[in-house]
Amino acid sequence: MNPLTPSKNDSLVQNLGQLSVTTKAPRNLWADARVRFLRNRAAVVSLVILSIIILACVVGPWVLPHDFDTADWDAMSVAPSMANAHYWGTDEAGRDLLVRCLIGGRISLMVGILATIASVTLGIAWGAVAGFMGGKVDALMMRIVDMMYAIPYLLIAILLVTILGREFYLVVITITAFSWMDMARIVRGQTLSLRSREYVEAARSIGVSTTRIITGHIVPNLLGIVVIYTTVTVPGVILTESVLSFLGLGIQEPMTSWGVLIQDGTKVMDVSPWILLFPGALLSITLYCFNFIGDGMRDALDPKDR
Amino acid sequence: MWTYTLRRTLATIPTLVAVISVCYFLLHATPGGPFDSDRQVSAAVLANLQAKYHLDLPLWQQYLLYWKSLLQGDLGASFRYADWTVNDLVGKALPISLAIGGTSMVLSLFIGVTVGIWAAIRQNSLIDHFVMLISNVGSAFPSFVIGPVLILVFAVGLGWLPAGGWNDFELRFMVLPVALLTFINVSTIGRVMRGSLIEVLHSNFIRTARAKGLPERVVILRHALKPALLPVVSTLGPLAISSITSALITETVFSLPGIGKLIVNGAGNRDYTLVLGLVVLVTVLAVLMNLLVDLAYAVLDPKIRY
Repeated sequence: MNPLTPSKNDSLVQNLGQLSVTTKAPRNLWADARVRFLRNRAAVVSLVILSIIILACVVGPWVLPHDFDTADWDAMSVAPSMANAHYWGTDEAGRDLLVRCLIGGRISLMVGILATIASVTLGIAWGAVAGFMGGKVDALMMRIVDMMYAIPYLLIAILLVTILGREFYLVVITITAFSWMDMARIVRGQTLSLRSREYVEAARSIGVSTTRIITGHIVPNLLGIVVIYTTVTVPGVILTESVLSFLGLGIQEPMTSWGVLIQDGTKVMDVSPWILLFPGALLSITLYCFNFIGDGMRDALDPKDR
Repeated sequence: MWTYTLRRTLATIPTLVAVISVCYFLLHATPGGPFDSDRQVSAAVLANLQAKYHLDLPLWQQYLLYWKSLLQGDLGASFRYADWTVNDLVGKALPISLAIGGTSMVLSLFIGVTVGIWAAIRQNSLIDHFVMLISNVGSAFPSFVIGPVLILVFAVGLGWLPAGGWNDFELRFMVLPVALLTFINVSTIGRVMRGSLIEVLHSNFIRTARAKGLPERVVILRHALKPALLPVVSTLGPLAISSITSALITETVFSLPGIGKLIVNGAGNRDYTLVLGLVVLVTVLAVLMNLLVDLAYAVLDPKIRY
């Protein structure tokens, strides 16, 4: 037993404590990572801002007095003001911009989360299978990934939405189809290199079972990099959805997303620039925050840096 | 080198065949023919139309016919622009896209490398932080937000430049789109250049060069620059593909009649053949661009020999 682990009647620890030896609780990777992450000011600030945005998107539309698709005929294209509770103004159809931005945020974030979950799952499965199988299977699977990389994905996405239509779930599927390759590559590389590490070999040589090696050594070491790339995937996916919607090929009216709102805004920006600026700022800030959080995660979890 | 060139070139063929076939069959899996419309067309006319576009043949024959015309450089006819073939439309649009994309690529390579070197040799100075901040903005903020903001400032606000449109390669109309694309690419190239130069400057042969008493200018330009440029070259492939995405956005934002706008309009009109033709064309271009970058990399990096 590790003498530094405090247990019920272990006087040694108390003795050591009296000898003013600092008895830190043993920290695993995740506790360590949390400490490092919290020390990164940009990442923490980003996390706070992002939480506020998400909370506002979820709660805001219920609390605010306006509806996202109801026209206020007395206030069309009005600038932001406190007087009529159109805090961010209204669009050219008299719909409250703040509520539309929050509803659009719900859709954008929802697409982001769903497509990320789907593509991360696909990527991990693809990469892990390729890494474990090796040989011909690996070569073929990675060749397909290379092919996908060579294709300008947005074009195929456009082709897909042209053919399939622009339902919410189709947009998610289309985005997923072109967002999983990074994860697959990374997981494969990591699996390959982990398989042949000395500590895995050591564990195997003292008779640790394969299941135990996978859960004890491979998965924890994969998890860090998976978490990092998941944080990086989310903004990429949100951006893709916004691009599609901005081009008029994503989410359709009367439903809205940040991309749709920005497109609406560009049409009237010379007379009412706030219709462009608010959703633009919201999307940009969200992406920026995700980037900082991703950086923070990388610094916190990168084992090379320890 | 020659065997590598040959092998790498041949490897593009399966990619191209796969992409084109998948796109083709996706298109044909769509429910509803291209001539289904609200307007009632007599059976004879419909039969004639179908015969004209070979829609009366079995699918595999249509597929082979498509390959035959593709190999002859014919991308097919547009279903929506009645008197136009895809080739005509491409012939008008491609020079515009190439002019904008090419100019910005050359500019951003030049500016990006310069800025990257500058930031690297003054690491952690005010200039360095400024460059990194700009580069963060350029890579995190979506181009369809930056673009309209540029229009707001320089066209609507200051009135220096037109807000969009195209007039036979007149320079005034090219400034803002080129500036936008350059800004986005510089933020990538600059960051990669900075990172790799900093890394190279820490290596042993640079210490040797300095120990010989060479002036810093010679150390950087003659010794450090070439190896530091390698990562920049390898970003050019992905960058070329992402500039196709950027082209879609810039051409929409600035209403330029280029390839990107053609694709977006085609997708909006559900002009299947036009979109298919353009996707095929752009994919071929992208795959060729990747091939060139890979070959250039093999020439530049003596460590790579396959």
